[in-house]
Amino acid sequence: MKKLLASIAGLGLGLLASTGVSFAADTKACFVYVGPIGDFGWSYQHDQGRLAVEKELGVETAFQESVPEGADAERAIERFARSGCNIIFTTSFGYMEPTNKVAKKFPDVKFEHATGFKRESENVSTYSGKFYQGRYVQGKIAAMESKSGVAGYIASFPIPEVVRGINSFILGAQSVNPDFKLKVVWVNSWFDPGKEADAANTLVAQGADILTQHTDSTAAMQVAQEKGVKAFGQASDMINFGKDVQLTAIIDDWSPYYIERVKAIKDGTWKQHDVWLGMDKGDVVMAPYTNMKPETAKAAAEIEAKIKSNEFEPFTGPITKQDGTEWLKDGQKADIGTLLGMNFYVKGVDDQLPQ
Amino acid sequence: MGLVEAILLTVFTAATPLLIAALGELVTERSGVLNLGVEGMMIMGAISGFAFAIYTGNPYMGALAAIIIGVLFSLLFAFLTISLVTNQVATGLALTILGLGLSGLWGEAFIGVPGIKLQPIIVPLLSDIPFFGKLFFQQDIIFYFSILLLIGVSWFLFKSRAGLVLRAVGDSHTSAHALGLSVIKTRYLAVMFGGACSGLAGAHLSLVYTTQWIENMTAGRGWIALALVVFASWRPNRVLIGAYLFGAVGIAQLHIQALGFKIPTQFLSALPYLATIVVLVIISQNRRLTMVNTPASLGKGFVADK
Amino acid sequence: MQPDFSIRLEKRATTSTFFAYFSPFIALIMMLIAGGMLFFLMGHNPFKALYVYFIEPLTDTWTLHELAIKSSPLILIATGLCLCFRSGNWNIGAEGQFIMGGIAGASIPVFFPEFTSFWILPLMLISGVLGGMVWALIPAILKNRFGTNEILTSLMLVYIAGHFLDWIVRGPFRNPEGFNFPGSISFSQWQVLPEVFSSGRMHYGMIFAIIGVIVVWFLLSKTMKGFEILVIGQAPRAGQFAGFSPQKTTLFVFLVSGAFAGLAGIAEVSGAIQQLRPSISPGYGFTAIIVAFLGRLNPLGIFAAGIVLALSYLGGEAVQISLNVTDKIANVFQGLLLFFVLGCDTLIHHRIRFGHSWGFIKQGVQHGTG
Repeated sequence: MKKLLASIAGLGLGLLASTGVSFAADTKACFVYVGPIGDFGWSYQHDQGRLAVEKELGVETAFQESVPEGADAERAIERFARSGCNIIFTTSFGYMEPTNKVAKKFPDVKFEHATGFKRESENVSTYSGKFYQGRYVQGKIAAMESKSGVAGYIASFPIPEVVRGINSFILGAQSVNPDFKLKVVWVNSWFDPGKEADAANTLVAQGADILTQHTDSTAAMQVAQEKGVKAFGQASDMINFGKDVQLTAIIDDWSPYYIERVKAIKDGTWKQHDVWLGMDKGDVVMAPYTNMKPETAKAAAEIEAKIKSNEFEPFTGPITKQDGTEWLKDGQKADIGTLLGMNFYVKGVDDQLPQ
Repeated sequence: MGLVEAILLTVFTAATPLLIAALGELVTERSGVLNLGVEGMMIMGAISGFAFAIYTGNPYMGALAAIIIGVLFSLLFAFLTISLVTNQVATGLALTILGLGLSGLWGEAFIGVPGIKLQPIIVPLLSDIPFFGKLFFQQDIIFYFSILLLIGVSWFLFKSRAGLVLRAVGDSHTSAHALGLSVIKTRYLAVMFGGACSGLAGAHLSLVYTTQWIENMTAGRGWIALALVVFASWRPNRVLIGAYLFGAVGIAQLHIQALGFKIPTQFLSALPYLATIVVLVIISQNRRLTMVNTPASLGKGFVADK
Repeated sequence: MQPDFSIRLEKRATTSTFFAYFSPFIALIMMLIAGGMLFFLMGHNPFKALYVYFIEPLTDTWTLHELAIKSSPLILIATGLCLCFRSGNWNIGAEGQFIMGGIAGASIPVFFPEFTSFWILPLMLISGVLGGMVWALIPAILKNRFGTNEILTSLMLVYIAGHFLDWIVRGPFRNPEGFNFPGSISFSQWQVLPEVFSSGRMHYGMIFAIIGVIVVWFLLSKTMKGFEILVIGQAPRAGQFAGFSPQKTTLFVFLVSGAFAGLAGIAEVSGAIQQLRPSISPGYGFTAIIVAFLGRLNPLGIFAAGIVLALSYLGGEAVQISLNVTDKIANVFQGLLLFFVLGCDTLIHHRIRFGHSWGFIKQGVQHGTG
């Protein structure tokens, strides 16, 4: 009996070992996350991308979560570079300096830095998503569903990405109701559920009946569910936290990009680039349209289709800046440089941009 | 619902955990023990409250579990500082660090899981009073309890014999011992009471404030509770004022923003801490006030002479 | 007869030399046992987990450098703090002094980005030291002048410093070319604290820590000032009779510990991060308090304790990657270790007496302590 058990155990070990070997044979993709993978927002979606890579390409992956931006990030990235990773995705803006620093030391390893703009050596690429496209759809929905004509926006940091989202949202809303108002509260954090909940309560108290957020926790959605106001999910589908109130959510789907890039490593065709991924390639996806009037859902689906086919671009003139000066003439499209460094509001935002 | 009412409601929510934790620590300190582990006991209360609400499906069981875990966790501190006479400052810090770590380990399974909320208990008739009804009589059980706790602690400390014993032990453990009072037993009970309160305060965060589990979700509230005790110069009524002031400042900054005023948010966030320092200075300047209320043997270990 | 489960302490006539030397090691072993049990309960092989946690980070030159980077701020801050704690001054706001040191030091490259010469680095370091000293001066003065509790004021100042840093990197210190992202400009080669060896990232912060340890060790054991600190801490009344001023001591120890924390702050900003960011410390100032106690408030012990604590962080990262355990486990180890050290230290000065109902254990303990 003992012998039998031992041989079964041996067989098991053997199987494990053999799969282990074939697993580690060629490519290893590694990921550094700024939050916990269970945040149901930013880091969660990146990890979904990692899982898709594992499933699709059968390569080995590794990750480290909740890595603080700063001195510890450099160690996390370097650890991966040393441990045989062929490609390392660093998924927060704050990893920009350490990513570039480590990349210089390991020319054979490829680095992909999300939302950054520095590519100091040949082996660093940058990538980001055009999430503002989804914000435009949300703005349109908000204006059609709101009774008070006021929406509340829980914002993190006044960086171009967030400012773009706010502007795109108000442009979408104004396409339905030119007098639509948007109140903004800055919580100065990507992930602070207590503060996000307080901010949501504040906005509701001040008359907003639609909430949207550019922070990563589900706290605002839970407040919306309690107070019975409508809300939009952020980064991932948050319908479980607001089943009666979520209108839709912008889902960051990194899987197509991650699969493409890891495959490029496998095939030896990886090249440095800087990409801005949008709805057209399936990297920005809208969650199902729920809890809204049928005509709103129809209008939302229509504009989504137009953005997807590149027939429509949210930042198309005429657009006036908050201070009343003209930004874009009728039919004129925004240039990428201005969008990437956007540091002004368009007309209709009821807030002063923190400088 | 008016704006003032809505603002006050959020202030009440923010102030309740501070009030409870500070009252618990006040009793502990009145017995002469300084427990810097409030933050750690609170976070243990937050996770155990959340977890047991889910295990049992009943948020009241969660709150109860938080109290029990708070007591158990404080016993660790009590054993070291009272029985083994270790340094209270260092042991309290260790308790906080251990609490943050253990709660993180336990909480891993609960990240992203929707919690169960302690629903408000609507008091019949009284809740129909305009304005006040909504504020005071449509709250969750922990809010009601915090008010009872305030009354109870005031009565206990100044009107009961046991309270007299507690204060005697805090003021001079050697004389109390000479009088035949049990210093050790009194202090154990006081620390355990502090643990129970911190645990419940933590449960308020995860069962009422934001019904989810997040690592470090106490976010320094335990330290504020400690400051509140000194701010209040060890008087329960002043803890009430302090807790609501602190809660109000935190909420006010968000409203000021949403109204479109432009003041650096960091300045507003730092304001309560600055205010505490100022109040501490004013209080400590008033010698008579501090002398009367400060437990004279606060922070000092006690070893009975043979 | 009533059962008697009481535990009584009895002061030893002389301190136990055995426990004075071995209590930290007993504590370390107890922590390893507790940690192993924890890993076992979580479903991991305890030996493998402990190996990955505590040994593996020591097997690579690269990780040794990282260990030095992580331990140098802890050692530097804790060395300063041990003077405070020895004299009965509870400065628990070193985190704030660290942050202010970082800000003050970084102000020089931010305001004078063109200034490139050998002199910029010493200027940054001095400025960082001054920043930490100014922040430590506040609780010291408040304590001396008004008798305000320094535990709370120094702690409140941590939060104020944190918010100040947050504001300054988004406002006046923000990199004008950083697309509104919070953070200062990246430092140029003249403004970066250089690496000591070419084999890794370890910078001169570690050298400062070693010098700091030696200086404080000398101060405490060989000078009158050190004697004054010890007397004031252990018997304030006797100190006053001897003509020592508790006020002056408070001022002195706060200034020194502020200077050390400030130096650690600018060394971290200039050497490890190389830019000012919204957060520059993962709680070094608080962890250093553990380090100070773990090192039993002795500079040489603190040096060893700083390395053990740094190892607990690196190990936490290692088990996260290889065993998928949350890095919160580092906090658990740190908390446990401090508990065990504090508990074991009681044995140096006290003998533990158990009530008669503990009989069965009693025999064992008496046997052990002999």
